[in-house]
Amino acid sequence: MNSNSEAQNIGMGYLLKEFWSHFSENKGAVFGLGLITTFIIIAILAPLISPHGASEVFPGSLRLPPFWSEGGSTEFLLGTDDLGRDVLSRLIYGARVSLFVGVSIVIISTLVGTTLGLVSGYFGGKVDSVIMRFIDILMAYPSILLAIIVVSVIGPGMTNAIIAVAIVNIPSFTRLVRANVLEVKERQFVQASKTFGAGPIRIMVKEILPNCMATLIVQTTLGLSEGILSTAALGFLGLGVQPPTPEWGIMLSDARPYIESSPWLVTLPGLCILAVVLGLNLFGDGLRDALDPKLKR
Amino acid sequence: MKKYLLDRLLQLIPTLIGISLFSFFIIRMVPGDPVLLMLGERGADPKIYLEMKQSLGLDKPVTTQYFTYMKNAITGDFGNSLVSKRPVTKEFFDRFPATLELGLCAIIFAILLGIPAGVIAATKRNTPVDYLLMGTSLVGFSMPIFWWGLILIIIFSVHLGLTPVSGRINVIYDVDALTGFMLIDSLNPSVLREEGLGPFISTIKHLLLPTIAMGTIPLAVVARMTRSSVLEVLRAPYIQTAKAKGQTYRKVIWVHAFRNALIPIVTVIGLLFGSIITGAILTETIFSWPGIGKWLVASIHARDYPVIQGGVLFIAMMIITINFLVDVIYTYVNPRIR
Repeated sequence: MNSNSEAQNIGMGYLLKEFWSHFSENKGAVFGLGLITTFIIIAILAPLISPHGASEVFPGSLRLPPFWSEGGSTEFLLGTDDLGRDVLSRLIYGARVSLFVGVSIVIISTLVGTTLGLVSGYFGGKVDSVIMRFIDILMAYPSILLAIIVVSVIGPGMTNAIIAVAIVNIPSFTRLVRANVLEVKERQFVQASKTFGAGPIRIMVKEILPNCMATLIVQTTLGLSEGILSTAALGFLGLGVQPPTPEWGIMLSDARPYIESSPWLVTLPGLCILAVVLGLNLFGDGLRDALDPKLKR
Repeated sequence: MKKYLLDRLLQLIPTLIGISLFSFFIIRMVPGDPVLLMLGERGADPKIYLEMKQSLGLDKPVTTQYFTYMKNAITGDFGNSLVSKRPVTKEFFDRFPATLELGLCAIIFAILLGIPAGVIAATKRNTPVDYLLMGTSLVGFSMPIFWWGLILIIIFSVHLGLTPVSGRINVIYDVDALTGFMLIDSLNPSVLREEGLGPFISTIKHLLLPTIAMGTIPLAVVARMTRSSVLEVLRAPYIQTAKAKGQTYRKVIWVHAFRNALIPIVTVIGLLFGSIITGAILTETIFSWPGIGKWLVASIHARDYPVIQGGVLFIAMMIITINFLVDVIYTYVNPRIR
């Protein structure tokens, strides 16, 4: 029953093929994957494809509209902001910031959340009670509020925003993994491994964790979308990444005074956030269906 | 069932203590001297410094501080705001009705649109209608609401000139806050006599955009949940029986299926109340809505620690209570748990 040995017997190639045949049935999921891939490529290639520097100022061209509207110029395809910086270039570099921040958040919250969940579910008893009460406390605070509180204590900034949002995301991982562990730990292959004298850490990492992977991968995708959204919200409130970093949330809040005269400054960064988050959610839904055929009908 | 609820109630105690400890330590986790941080330059005066330290109780041992804090908290005393010098409790309850009014409107908006959308999507499963509804709700679910609010302003206020941009009511009207709910206060007989329906209409206009902005994610959640819940029920044997008995399609869906599908939907709606605050923080900031969310953000920018401490404790307690009540209702409507 161990998915490890199963995978070895059948071969990764076959599994991937099978996964893809399920996954590609879902057109929305494939579209989501496309959105994310584009976003990642843009983020990686930012210096190569952006027409100008992210902080390069063109004092002669303040708040130019995009090239298709009157007064726009093809030199600045999506216009310029109130300081005369190229919007397109800032959006491209913003993808980099969002990707970096999102991935960092997910790495931290997955590591901490999964460890807590494994320990809590495996050992049970007092350990479980203590960890779960701690998780209950974290969950008593609305997500963005908890992030704001953490930031108010450790101060704004990119690293602190990452820490804050990562803390907020921990409970969902812990609860998910714990539920999974409770289900798996009584199964025979775990008992067998125990009989062979495997220690708790070995059992948790080698036997139980692989069986949590499917749900964990899905949660990671959703965690990434939540992380990107929350960081943008913090940036918007002035409590996250600080200017002049080209972050989409900050670009939005900087553009608020010009909402009437230069609406594109507000529209574009938000569209980017929406596209990435939507892509991740579509992809996550598709992953869940493909990895967990029980839920599919 | 009683035993289950009692267990659940006992579990709350450590959580509540944990929350009180957390709010208590927020102020003490701030790097540097909290007194100096709060007073800024005024803290250079040793007399003011000492007064502040004493008024915060920071000159006593930490355990004493915690128990004093809790004793005061139980009697509703959370200290005074550093900015307005008024009691935190009073400040909180002055603003709370504004947030609650907006939150209730947002949830009603979500239910009124979300449940029909979910039922229709379920009954028309895998048709273009279903794809359209579920696609739209996934977009709603992914919406950065701080952007969505601004887009609504661009469309409805800037371009169409239909709705105001900020506040709860036009400043030309002077409405006494009797209940704190502007929708009710503006219908107060004395207001009606002096100003007519103007204040009420103005209130509704002010509520529209924030309601949509704040209600969008709940709407998506309700629609998705309703769809999957109805689909689940439609597969049940008793639905087949009802169909076989020759019941009309409409009756099968709305009487037999929908009523049983309601259990998880009610749970989700209950949990949405907890998420009001999250929505409020962003929505109120965008629309200058004078509620709890905007107040907390402003307090954090102003480093008004008694407000942060008290406000956060209130909110956490509220959410725990709501989640507990949702559990109770859930146990009540779903006999299988008992």
